[in-house]
Amino acid sequence: MEYVKAFLIGGAICALTQILLDTTKLMPGRVMVILVCTGAVLSALGIYEPFAEWAGAGAGVPLTGFGNTLFKGVKEAVDKEGLLGIFKGGFTSSAVGISAALIFSYIASWIFNPKMKS
Amino acid sequence: MPENNQASNKPKMMGSQSIVFHNPPYIIAASSVTGKKEGEGPLGHFFDLVQEDPLIGKDTWEEAESEFMKLAAQIAIQKAGLTNKDIRYMVAGDLLGQLIASSFGVAELGIPYFGLFGACSTMGEAISIASIIIDGGFADKVLAATSSHFAGAEKQFRFPLDYGNQRPYSASWTVTGSGAVILSDQKGNNKGRAIRVKGVTTGKIVDYGIKDPMNMGAAMAPAACDTIKSHLEDFNVKPDHYDRIITGDLGYVGSAILIDLLKEHNIDISNNHMDCGKEIFDQESQDTHAGGSGCACSAVTFASYVLKQLEEGAWKRVLFLPTGSLHSKVSYNEGNTMPGIAHAVVVEAE
Amino acid sequence: MSKRNVNVSQVIQEKDTKKRNQMYNKYVDQMTPKNSLPKNMVGAFLVGGIICTIGQFFTNYYMTLGADKETAKAYNTITLVFLSILLTGIGIYQKLAKFGGAGTLVPITGFANSVAAPAVEYKKEGQVFGIGVNIFTIAGPVILYGIFSSWVLGLIYYIFKYLI
Repeated sequence: MEYVKAFLIGGAICALTQILLDTTKLMPGRVMVILVCTGAVLSALGIYEPFAEWAGAGAGVPLTGFGNTLFKGVKEAVDKEGLLGIFKGGFTSSAVGISAALIFSYIASWIFNPKMKS
Repeated sequence: MPENNQASNKPKMMGSQSIVFHNPPYIIAASSVTGKKEGEGPLGHFFDLVQEDPLIGKDTWEEAESEFMKLAAQIAIQKAGLTNKDIRYMVAGDLLGQLIASSFGVAELGIPYFGLFGACSTMGEAISIASIIIDGGFADKVLAATSSHFAGAEKQFRFPLDYGNQRPYSASWTVTGSGAVILSDQKGNNKGRAIRVKGVTTGKIVDYGIKDPMNMGAAMAPAACDTIKSHLEDFNVKPDHYDRIITGDLGYVGSAILIDLLKEHNIDISNNHMDCGKEIFDQESQDTHAGGSGCACSAVTFASYVLKQLEEGAWKRVLFLPTGSLHSKVSYNEGNTMPGIAHAVVVEAE
Repeated sequence: MSKRNVNVSQVIQEKDTKKRNQMYNKYVDQMTPKNSLPKNMVGAFLVGGIICTIGQFFTNYYMTLGADKETAKAYNTITLVFLSILLTGIGIYQKLAKFGGAGTLVPITGFANSVAAPAVEYKKEGQVFGIGVNIFTIAGPVILYGIFSSWVLGLIYYIFKYLI
């Protein structure tokens, strides 16, 4: 059942990252960078894509999946356009995620105010 | 006990880094204005004013903090039965870059102003300097104040408020509010016993190499240890000379470390140590992890709860030494440590 | 680094500043209670798992609407980003993060939250110098190092494919 796979794999990646957060003094920003780069490297090694095919959203939704998307994009661009592809592929493949985050965040800034914590 | 030869010719200088006042200034009024969370804490009913709205109707967190300080100053002046014109100097500071909360807060008051930065030790530093000004005969009435704001501090030092971050156990909660005291060369007309600042021990910067901004108590504890040790040596007294030895925001972690460090110097404060960061919030119900922090933490606790105990005779004499960590976001990013400092004032009821 | 516990006496007695600081750090580490790792891992597992399951749900849903797999994944990304920012705006995502920890940080929803939070916070400093300058204050490194690492890996791929 693919929902079970998504839950278990996604949950596991998050639980492992929690270990990193709690046992080291790494800040969240650094952890996000580690996840993205790990995804890209595993993708380049040919490991992540088959894993993502099998695991579905459990591997695609985490930031490691974002790294995978980035490398896949570069690879496809290089296959199509040669060397120029290394400059095109990353942003092209991640365009949807980054644009959505930017655009919706900006719109959110019109509507919402920062909330004091209690 | 070590005698300081140079000091004996100049009777106001004590030991290596302390002052004993010949005309100990009176604390004739004090005020505490806080935010909602602080008002809901164990000391809430001691505060003069609790503001439910963290913005106090202002547009930004920084302007709100200025308003907190302005209110604290005005309430203190009112309680003393004075007007702004009666206050000769104001000595104030906060956590924000370039002290904008203080500057914009006091601008309208029209009082000659010394801005200072001591991070969370600012109240100790402000009372020290205000007292020195009065004992030296340079002013008759001085206002010492400081403020902090949870949102402003998070934005400056940590993350935007809406960021989903999980706080570690050692992290503290910046107090929102402002505390102010008015010092005078004359006794005031407050009910209860008169309260005087008898002396001051100025802290040295002490750095034991902590780089974790989520564990400030540990960063500051060595500075508190150093100031307490120096103070007891300079004045040649033992810890039990004081009903309470009060630190600002070492929190649960820092307090335990402080007591440990002092024991190594044969100084035991485990019976009379108090930390404002531990007192101001209820750790369990308010989920504040290591305790309260920020300039206002020590300031509002001192201005309300501590002075009350002295006025009513529950305590005779306290050593009030808030601690601060003198780092910035830039120094942290550049890989530097968090140097600490603690400024002590001796406050006694007559 | 030795595994022995550091005693506070050793810290005080150490004359060499560098060594003393190292020992103090170890001592502080011993004295500082930690968040409960098992509890946090459970929280991360549950929250992260649920977010990914929701992602799977949306991906499948878009495919039933006729999209091919890649397009469905793209729409899923947009949907998750949108929902994360909405929840950030109304104040729920941050509360979820307290329990979820890595479960809210790791999925793409964490990235979205890290862009929305400064956008909302810094608007008081203006559109250009507030929002514009600060919007990537947390997520910027992800984009920089993501693009850079994929660039380097792409270069290596190109070299292996065409030149070797």
